[in-house]
Amino acid sequence: MATAPQTDNMKQDTSATGCRVPYRVFTDRQYYEREQENIFKGECWSFVGLEAEVPQAGDFKSTFVGETPVILTRDTDGGVHVVVNRCAHRGALVCREMRGNRASLECVYHQWAYDLKGNLIGVPFRRGLKGQGGMPGDFDMSQHNLRQLRTETVGGLVFASFSETVESCRDFLGPIVVGQIERIMCKPITVLGDQRQRIHGNWKLYAENTRDPYHASLLHLFHNTFGLYRSTQTGKALMDSSKRHSLLYSIAASNDDAADKQAYGDSRTFDTEFKLQDMSLLKGRQEFDDNITLVILAVYPNLVLQQIQNTLAVRQTVTYGPDDFELVWTHFGYQDDDEEMQAIRLKQANLIGPAGLISMEDGEAVEIVQNAIVGEERATSYIAMGGGRAEDADHLVTEGAIIGFWDNYREMVGFDLEPA
Amino acid sequence: MALPSLEQMQVQHVAAQLNALHAELIDDDRLEEWPDLFEEKCRYSVISAENHNRSLNLAAVFCDSRGMLVDRIVSLRRANIFPAHAYRHILGPTRVVSSNEQIISAQTNYVVLMTRNDGQTSIYNSGKYIDKIDFSGGAPRFVSKTAIFDTHLIDTMMVRPI
Repeated sequence: MATAPQTDNMKQDTSATGCRVPYRVFTDRQYYEREQENIFKGECWSFVGLEAEVPQAGDFKSTFVGETPVILTRDTDGGVHVVVNRCAHRGALVCREMRGNRASLECVYHQWAYDLKGNLIGVPFRRGLKGQGGMPGDFDMSQHNLRQLRTETVGGLVFASFSETVESCRDFLGPIVVGQIERIMCKPITVLGDQRQRIHGNWKLYAENTRDPYHASLLHLFHNTFGLYRSTQTGKALMDSSKRHSLLYSIAASNDDAADKQAYGDSRTFDTEFKLQDMSLLKGRQEFDDNITLVILAVYPNLVLQQIQNTLAVRQTVTYGPDDFELVWTHFGYQDDDEEMQAIRLKQANLIGPAGLISMEDGEAVEIVQNAIVGEERATSYIAMGGGRAEDADHLVTEGAIIGFWDNYREMVGFDLEPA
Repeated sequence: MALPSLEQMQVQHVAAQLNALHAELIDDDRLEEWPDLFEEKCRYSVISAENHNRSLNLAAVFCDSRGMLVDRIVSLRRANIFPAHAYRHILGPTRVVSSNEQIISAQTNYVVLMTRNDGQTSIYNSGKYIDKIDFSGGAPRFVSKTAIFDTHLIDTMMVRPI
């Protein structure tokens, strides 16, 4: 690569403390391909769905690990399984529906059939027809199953891994993540519906976004205006011991108008004049004894489990390419929700998702970065708020968890791939 | 099919005109006037066919008062951050499903085209409206409007009403 002469103001100061991420990791296809191998098909557990999405024997859901199509199934013994959605014969999609119920999985192309665990159970004309054709004598059905992934569930969340060597899912998640999953998944849930959002940017920009409490009160102005969440709230940013996952939470009881005015002054992010005509949008119930009203649990590599007021949801990242991903929001409540609670959750759903009054900006935040870094080979971001290290914080003015993500990424993918 | 009576044609005209005005106010960015097309006590929801067809009620946008519609618009103007864009609604014919002296039930196919700052226009959302319209008073107004959209993959965000 030729180095162009630089003037002083084009040079980046790399001496100060902080994390610098080369922008090409968001744009270069080589990184994307390495991520598919080393992260999504590597030593990781990826989120694939909720057990509640496949409650009955024969239920299935088509989804993805990274970009690889997979099927989540429930077998007749009650177990859940994840298999690659690709026929062992000539590679066709076995499940072409988003979800459904079937006794077995059958490829439409040549009707090769698999049981709900992914084992091959039928090959038409295997012994030929009227003495003609048929599979070779040494054809062994048991060697042609769907690719079966390791599958584990934690609190009703289903995770899958391509790796035979990765630690158990619980160990991969660590006690902070498992504890938070079990806190939210404390009783049987019921799925309320899905929302899907296409974001024209790199999936890692969203991984940063969900580990970033610094932006919350500055980008999402609905929060500030209505006192749902403020940087002056009591909050914490914690990581697991590997620092790949992140837990951000805050407690609403600490809202303090005077402190807010001091912190924000007259900046655009704080507008006390703004009043809702219909306050029923914010009507909710305290559901947890710990007074925590906001949890953003970002689980490496592709999951966010969230509680925002009374909205409960998982957000799954599906990658399409270096500058394209889908975010699948699956909202849920508890099976024992009374009618009023169901109504509260459906109304508060206005707050989150692609049309969410407090979350719609995140798609734009990803895209304005992607649009600005196009073609950039050398420059890096600079991440240092809160001290510039992957450290926990008992406040929300930090980017420590973003650095934790990048430390793990650097280990699994590296920052210094040579252009192909 | 029997020829429509004059009254049936009037009812059909009312429903189609109200839908056309609904589209026009949104497309022309006259969003502050948009809530006035609804009754004070109303329901407006924008829900994916993916959810609707499974009898799941989770909507992208769900408002059950005119005040909530106003709040959506004020939030769009004052709080939300999103890529600059314009909508263009293309409406199919409105079919009156049933009517009595007060309420018209009607449905209308729609496509919303989106044009962003880069000048490209794309199909942003396609679906159908299922409406209940009260035309007993002076101006006809929506008692309920449900946009059931096929385009369940929402491009970046949804801030403007459908």
